Amino acid sequence: MASSRRVLVTGLSTYWGGRLAQALEQDPEIDVIIGVDSEDPTRELDRTEFVRVSTQHALLRRIVEAAEIDTVVDTRLVVDSTTTSSRSAHENNVIGTMNILAACSGPGCKVRKLVFKSSAHFYGTAQDDPAFFTESMGRPHPPTTSIERDIVDAEAAVNEFAEHNPDTTVTVLRCTNVLGPDVRTSHTALFSLPAVPMILGFDPRYQFVHEDDVVGALAHVLRSDLAGAYNVAADGVLAFSEVVGLLGKPYLPILPPWGTGIAATVLKRAGLRLPPEMLGQLRFGRGLDNRKLKATGFVYRYTTRETVMKLAEHLRLAPILRGAQESFTYEREVEDFLRWSPHVRNAAVKGERETAAKPEPIEEPILASGEPVVVAEPEPQPEEPPVDHYDDLEAEEVISLLGSLEASDLAALRDYERETRARESVVTAIEAVLARRATGSRP
Amino acid sequence: MTGTIAAMAERARTSLRPEGAAGTDNGVDGRNLPVPHEGDLRRHLAGVEPERRLNDWGRSERVENALDKLLADFFYRYWFRCEVEGIENVPATGGAMLVSNHSGALPPDAAMISKAVKEEHPHPRPVNITVEHFFKGYPGFSMLIPKLGCVAAHPANVHRLLYDEEQLVLVFPEGRKGTEKLYKNRYRLRRFGRGGFVEAAMRARAPIVPVCVVGAEEAAPIFAHLSPLQKMTGLIYAPLTPTFPHFGLLGMLGYLPAKFHIRFLDPIYFDEDNLDEDKSLVQTVAHDVRARIQENLFEMLEERESVWF
Repeated sequence: MASSRRVLVTGLSTYWGGRLAQALEQDPEIDVIIGVDSEDPTRELDRTEFVRVSTQHALLRRIVEAAEIDTVVDTRLVVDSTTTSSRSAHENNVIGTMNILAACSGPGCKVRKLVFKSSAHFYGTAQDDPAFFTESMGRPHPPTTSIERDIVDAEAAVNEFAEHNPDTTVTVLRCTNVLGPDVRTSHTALFSLPAVPMILGFDPRYQFVHEDDVVGALAHVLRSDLAGAYNVAADGVLAFSEVVGLLGKPYLPILPPWGTGIAATVLKRAGLRLPPEMLGQLRFGRGLDNRKLKATGFVYRYTTRETVMKLAEHLRLAPILRGAQESFTYEREVEDFLRWSPHVRNAAVKGERETAAKPEPIEEPILASGEPVVVAEPEPQPEEPPVDHYDDLEAEEVISLLGSLEASDLAALRDYERETRARESVVTAIEAVLARRATGSRP
Repeated sequence: MTGTIAAMAERARTSLRPEGAAGTDNGVDGRNLPVPHEGDLRRHLAGVEPERRLNDWGRSERVENALDKLLADFFYRYWFRCEVEGIENVPATGGAMLVSNHSGALPPDAAMISKAVKEEHPHPRPVNITVEHFFKGYPGFSMLIPKLGCVAAHPANVHRLLYDEEQLVLVFPEGRKGTEKLYKNRYRLRRFGRGGFVEAAMRARAPIVPVCVVGAEEAAPIFAHLSPLQKMTGLIYAPLTPTFPHFGLLGMLGYLPAKFHIRFLDPIYFDEDNLDEDKSLVQTVAHDVRARIQENLFEMLEERESVWF
């Protein structure tokens, strides 16, 4: 079975680790979610178990073995040099990755899938870049910044792991710059400014991906079996001026084309941090070919343009909401109580939490034509089908089950099927069985 | 003129999202989709968002139209009085590579070929002009050049345009060597690179249409190269032309009113896969294309009675 059931998320307390664990909790096919990190989780989690451990491979190994983990998802990668020092970034990105890889290999290891969240900084930015990087292209030049070097080294370690462990499916996701209402990056900081600085004389091509799509892509590769590297980037590459226009902000070409680095240092004193990777993008831009992942059946929910527009909506609302949202604080005792106390009525608590933590409704998607898509009105919820996990079954599987059902159940099932997926083959098969029963020729 | 961006989307592409996928979980729907073979990802190309005025390469309908009205029209009709023959050799659909001789300090030939396809062809199509990587790194150029439909001459870019997007690509295999050549060497083709353009066309199985341009050499003659100025400005070259450098950068547009003749030759088709792996064939075809352009150039020059009329 390709699908993952017992998942270890490394870097649970990072934004992506937390978001992924929340998404996996909704998936009934996943039995166990264990998260490790050296810091407390930053998001509210229901059934994910948190173990505070940094990336010591001996300890990780014991967790992996004890919990019979079959899938490891590594979301720890630091891709923004403004968030930490280059030394601790290196420690985390390269040494940490090697430790995690060491924990998933070795005799008797049950890990069958490793997902590594990488970054499009792997490709860097250079003058002679292709307009669209595909996964098979390497960098045209050696890495220039410490973060890029880390990412290249980490991916090299992951590749080596993949070569030595042919039984393990190793997926690398190279995510382009992420935007969204929730995630904080250097780019969201840049776009939050009242006017957006640019390099004079440059209008680079920019591609983004929505935060929900990154989480979706991580969940997608857990469901399917995809070996190799995949770019994660939304459809559409915009010019930077287009991005700024969509945000409704003026642009400020104040960075000089020559000596940009020096100007960035001056701006840093003034409180605006432009990491070197971003300076490269502001000069040359970058586009990724996202078709390889799309060909595996993944569907992006937002295009780059829609992603930017979502951010613009958020930025307009942000000053009003400021300080209104409470942040989550992790309390070990409370979490332990909720998970393990015999007095917690698990189902009830879970149900309550699920309704509370329901993801905000997806807004009406806008198609290319600009017309809002006619989303089918949510129909009155059909009754529970008489077969467990009915929605997960394929048509053939359903048909093979029909013989074992009572006539009343069959009728209910037929109605349910008509209301939900209305597969022709299933409905006719049910009707055929019912007809046979009616004439008394039960086999 | 219909919108360039819309014209580029002529080919039926997948819409941005498969129908009905909007509300579902990412990827669940597509789980049963057959995975097409590695090479053919064309149906997964991003759809066109009609609200946008730029395409994914950075080509801007607005800037292009403005410049077309402001300059290209004037130069095409009244200044160079372009005469075009063999326009029917440019395919109306599918990818094709236009290969031309190249000259002029700020080469007017690219713009005129592109304008000729737009004006004379029964199915006007946008032409993507390949340019040096240099332009992406030079302030000002970097901003303007992609908006006019210029694309860096990277093999991956050419392949994507020809094969995946099935567009017209204009290539100058002489590259910089062509535009640098002095007036005294006019119409004598330089080396045609290393045949990379033929390989790209073969890989994409797109026909090559050789193009000859007469007039551009006289319109923007280069008498000498000013290497100190070149070093100072960091430009790829600093030529001495009738109007540059003494009239400043705009002097680059100071073309003399030479009469332009543009001739599109019969296309060369590549009907087999993996032709590009045969290096000797690649070189032979490159040589052949070069010879045909050179031959036709001399023929056109023989027939030309005056440089100006």
